[in-house]
Amino acid sequence: MSVAVNRRNFLRAGATAAGGLMLGFYLPDRKARAAETPATGNKLNAFVLVGNDDIVTLYIHKAEMGQGTVTSLSMLLAEELECDWSKIRTEFPGVNPAYGGFQGVVGSQSIRSSYTSLRQAGAGARDMLLQAAAQKWGVDKSSCRAEKSTVINTATNARLTYGSLAEAASKLPPPGSVTLKDASQFKIVGKPTKRLDTPGKVDGSTTFGIDIRLPNMLYAVLQRCPVFGGTVASFDDTNAKTVPGVKRVIKISNGVAVVADNTWAAMEGRRKLTVQWDEGKVAANSTPGITQSFAEATQQTDGAPQRKVGDASAALATAAKNLDAIYQTPYLAHATMEPLNCTAWVRSDGAEVWASTQMQSGARTIAAQKSGLPQDKVQIHSEYMGGGFGRRGGSDYVGEAVEIAKAFDVPVKLTWSREDDMQHDTYRPASYCRFAGGVDADGWPVAWTASIACPAFAGANTSTEGVRDIAYAIPNFQVHYHDVNPGVPVSYWRSVGYSQNTFFAESFLDEMAHAGGKDPVDLRRRLLATNGRLLAALELAANKAGWGKPLPAGWGRGVSVVNNIGSNTVQIAEVSVEKGKLKVHRVVCAVDCGAVVNPAGVQQQIASGIAFGLSAALKGGITIKNGRVEQGNFHQYDVVRIDEMPKVEVHIVPSQAASGGIGEASTPGIAPAVCNAIFAATGKRIRQLPIRPEDLA
Amino acid sequence: MAAVKFTLNGNPQTVDAVSAMPLLWVLRDTLGMTGTKFGCGMSLCGACTVHIDGQPVRSCVTPISAVAGKKVTTIEGLSPDRSHPIQVAWIEADVPQCGYCQSGQIMTAAALLSKTSNPTDADIDEAMRNNICRCGTYEDIRRALHRAAELHRAGGVK
Repeated sequence: MSVAVNRRNFLRAGATAAGGLMLGFYLPDRKARAAETPATGNKLNAFVLVGNDDIVTLYIHKAEMGQGTVTSLSMLLAEELECDWSKIRTEFPGVNPAYGGFQGVVGSQSIRSSYTSLRQAGAGARDMLLQAAAQKWGVDKSSCRAEKSTVINTATNARLTYGSLAEAASKLPPPGSVTLKDASQFKIVGKPTKRLDTPGKVDGSTTFGIDIRLPNMLYAVLQRCPVFGGTVASFDDTNAKTVPGVKRVIKISNGVAVVADNTWAAMEGRRKLTVQWDEGKVAANSTPGITQSFAEATQQTDGAPQRKVGDASAALATAAKNLDAIYQTPYLAHATMEPLNCTAWVRSDGAEVWASTQMQSGARTIAAQKSGLPQDKVQIHSEYMGGGFGRRGGSDYVGEAVEIAKAFDVPVKLTWSREDDMQHDTYRPASYCRFAGGVDADGWPVAWTASIACPAFAGANTSTEGVRDIAYAIPNFQVHYHDVNPGVPVSYWRSVGYSQNTFFAESFLDEMAHAGGKDPVDLRRRLLATNGRLLAALELAANKAGWGKPLPAGWGRGVSVVNNIGSNTVQIAEVSVEKGKLKVHRVVCAVDCGAVVNPAGVQQQIASGIAFGLSAALKGGITIKNGRVEQGNFHQYDVVRIDEMPKVEVHIVPSQAASGGIGEASTPGIAPAVCNAIFAATGKRIRQLPIRPEDLA
Repeated sequence: MAAVKFTLNGNPQTVDAVSAMPLLWVLRDTLGMTGTKFGCGMSLCGACTVHIDGQPVRSCVTPISAVAGKKVTTIEGLSPDRSHPIQVAWIEADVPQCGYCQSGQIMTAAALLSKTSNPTDADIDEAMRNNICRCGTYEDIRRALHRAAELHRAGGVK
């Protein structure tokens, strides 16, 4: 494939001070891709450096939170560059206006937004290195070929390494067009590839945000109002200041900070702090009342219409069989293993921020706001994240750190305790869904209505995705939405609205299958008849899972289907319920995520997403009492452990369709697959998460 | 404040610290050894696991006074070159995702291997179930632990 490149937007070449070929290229952001508009302006948001020492460094504006992006993006570049994989290095360049307005890792976008551009960059650099070699040998470029970081003269078999050509290449104009490989020629892309970031993660040497250390740095913790939206009325720091190591206690907009010469002293100081709060109006809210407000909202008929097909009311009235159900899910914390933290150094002439963040550009905006400095005086150092799951898309913790650091002339590291993290999260919203369904005389679904109440944070779309946009052909279909806001902060959580709505939709569809006397896989086959990709994934999963084959008494299989983040995922869970005890033994997952860059990464992310969704299904729940979160640490907000992890079998549907996302593909489908399996095993229908012992007894 | 003497990764170490200060924060903030991670502060997640006299211990709830005269090994001291069978197997199986919990996983796994050279799945469950991983690398941990045991039995352990 030959791709014309707009030189102004795409490639910029030049020598670097250190020597070597430095190439800038444009990676379109999400918005530009959505609009399918070409890049405009002089945005350069990633760079590749071919060093005189043969080392290829990829400076990438994405960030690594475990999803494998550093590896998969490097594979795309290395493929077209024809470089020796062992010579690849990566660095995070921080935020720079040259990279464009948006810099972040959200919505499983990294590969989707970089698949072609990174290959173009690799191909462009390869082309320039070939040209440099051709000139050196005085031959035509067509008699040169590139292989493993070397250019080979095909006539003489002479060889020149990329490192020896980098400087000459840097003086050449970048190519006006490049030829990309056909997928059949790929040597790296599509092959299971080891992660580049593993070695530093097995010897403790990888630096996460929380590991930043700077000369003269102080350590801070912040006491926030336990009630959402509350503010400091007054505080007494007399006892806090008696703690050895405590330097100062200061009030910021969001609470009272204790600053000390180590983290523990700061925490001890905070324990001895007395703060009076103006709790505000959220103090009146508790989980039972919140649930009640959701229930009442869904009983009203005037919700915001989300999607309407046919005439659901009429079809319900004439259906052969009707069923109604109410489904509920709680607020959820992200509980990243690395508690939130941020290090800031605010000087009069500029500020520096070190943060493990999913949203580098957002971090810079808030740091500028809080420091009072212009954005171009704020430098963001993007660090490895100990998990993100959406939490680090917010920048509240960056703002706090900058506000505290502003009161000091040395760097200050703010660390959140686990309790801070769990009680001041931006939660996956609680949700409530009232369904009505109808099947015809033959048992096939003819009507489906859903009324959803859920606090919005990014409009109704994220609150109803997973119910509103199911792929099933149901002739009469209607979804309404009610935005109910109890004042608990909510935001993105791995797979967003699908995390609860797929549980609702796939469980209720299962109810409809059983109401009509249909096999759950057969029913889905029929309703997906015109969706080739989902159907193929369904057949693959059913086949690999042995759907329909006998199981011991007390065992069951359940299926779920989801299309999100541009990918198609079918899961079949195998569970047993014995003496009221649930065990998830095995999950077969078929995934069609289009063209795959790193199958090993897909395998990892599918298992990871399943573990994350399973924790929510089996254990997760944040509850509110008088405006406060009742859970504080892992003994109250448990997650799946090694002995609860099912065997996950991943089957990738071969595809050269446009790549979909993968980091959030498998999280939505695990809860309904498990709950549908529980129904198959026991006849008990789970309509509320997390699953409680009494639901199984 | 009191001077506490102990052995850290084979070398003598003296620190001046409040006696109640947890080993975790001495390691991370006082000594700058950040490979040992803070996860919960309550011995609930295992991210801060180190060895004290060869036993896996949660450093977040271990006061520095309790390590006086003891031998402390952290992830930085497990091997000088990622050559411990657990590390070799972890790299081979590409276990870490975000990697934040892995220092603790590896220290717990290394302690298991030192007393059980051929752990069963049940042994692994028992030893590892208090180490939380939010990325869900559990199956890879299990696979790598079995592989490390093979390497260990083949004489690859120190």
